[in-house]
Amino acid sequence: MRGKTVVHKPQQRFIPPVAVFRSRSGVERKVSYEHPFAVRFTHWLNAIALFVMAGSGLRIYLAFPAFGDKLPPHDFFRFPGRYTIGGWLGGALQWHFTFMWLFVGSGLVYVLYEVTTDNWRQILFMPRDIRGVWPMFRHYFLFGPKPEQEESYNPLQKLAYTGTILLGALSIVTGLILYKSGQLSFLIPPFGGYRMVRILHFVALVGFLGFIPGHFVMVIVHGWNNFQSMLTGFNFKPEYAEQRASEADNES
Amino acid sequence: MSPNLSTENELHRAARRELLKLVPLGLAGAFLFTEPQRWLLGKGLALSDAASHLTFRRGSMAQEFRNSAVTPFEKFPYNFWDVADPEIDLAAWTLTVEGLVKHPGDYKLADLQKLPRHEQNTRHVCVEGWDVIGNFGGTKLSEVLSMVGADTSAEYLYFECGDDYYQSIDMESALHPQTLACWEMYGRPLNRGHGAPLRIVIPTKLGYKQPKYVEKMVVTNVLRPGHRGYWEDQGYSWFGGL
Repeated sequence: MRGKTVVHKPQQRFIPPVAVFRSRSGVERKVSYEHPFAVRFTHWLNAIALFVMAGSGLRIYLAFPAFGDKLPPHDFFRFPGRYTIGGWLGGALQWHFTFMWLFVGSGLVYVLYEVTTDNWRQILFMPRDIRGVWPMFRHYFLFGPKPEQEESYNPLQKLAYTGTILLGALSIVTGLILYKSGQLSFLIPPFGGYRMVRILHFVALVGFLGFIPGHFVMVIVHGWNNFQSMLTGFNFKPEYAEQRASEADNES
Repeated sequence: MSPNLSTENELHRAARRELLKLVPLGLAGAFLFTEPQRWLLGKGLALSDAASHLTFRRGSMAQEFRNSAVTPFEKFPYNFWDVADPEIDLAAWTLTVEGLVKHPGDYKLADLQKLPRHEQNTRHVCVEGWDVIGNFGGTKLSEVLSMVGADTSAEYLYFECGDDYYQSIDMESALHPQTLACWEMYGRPLNRGHGAPLRIVIPTKLGYKQPKYVEKMVVTNVLRPGHRGYWEDQGYSWFGGL
């Protein structure tokens, strides 16, 4: 990278690289390459897959909208089937069993990328982040003052993104047990029984359904620059790049 | 990322390049159109079935349960596609065996009952998501297959039922030690709602793979189109393995 070399020590936190360019008016400016290709690609692939998994999953749930005994017949909770994917149980299962490969695949590639690079240091929620969660929550949802932010992701973001990884892991493991409850029968007791596995699979879905609206609100609040960086990788906001550059200076 | 971003134009070109790298994701748009959608979902289901088949181990047992864990008889649902009682004449009933077998013919229930008896408490899982733990008695289907001299290198078993239901399973699952030709539940002869006089119990498969009111069994290497299974022909997974 011309002008500035990004230095980060492996033991320290990860800072997205910053490049310097000359603007049309001749001024030197900085831009941050916020999201690497692997992250952007798996993000959008996962968005598609999660949409289909959730939509078809809701349709599958409607075939037996309860969690206990089949008899006597009763509904735990029912909703209109038109908001689901697949049309009927068989159709929904086809969508579910097709997109599960993309969901698991994109999740594995993403996690593999994160752990083999230093990227995970940006978003992994650590014990030291705990104290920053409440101030950030107060700022976002209760109009509190904006806390000082020292890293590219604030503690609440880290909690949300780390949480989705855990939800993904929960949905995959419980889904696999439901899918192969015979071959994987040894995994059923640790989860508290077959019905509990199905409940937990549903809990993971509810978790995602809670995350998604919050995610959308945040995307809208942070505006176009932030959104398009998940498409191009570059965050064009000058302040963002300046902050990353000064972080890199402090680290080195 | 390009290391040479010396001008604003170069930066914008690089950003455009990065955006274009996401274009392959647009292929997912094929799912919006009926024909490609049908094809892709068929492939997806086939892939899942192939993986299911590949990971199936004949020595890997479905969970078995204590008698106290068994679902009460009256809470075991009668599940059927058409009628709970296809009005089979139980006295005249025989199991017709055809195909790749040394001894084809019509077998009475008494013929099957001469085979070693086997009883198990296993979970019956419905594709809808509910489950019950039942007590099933009969003989291992593998015993029936050896009695009729079935060619166990054949690929499939095909079943026809008294209620016009039809079903097929892979030989690997048919030979699984927990797969039963079942004529008793809860220590009593099968009643009509539960598939009298004979049902196939396969705890390593979903409920719809386990035909009731069985009248005919064919050992074969070929499944004719439209004869893979009543629900499978409408879009369910063929392997249906747990």
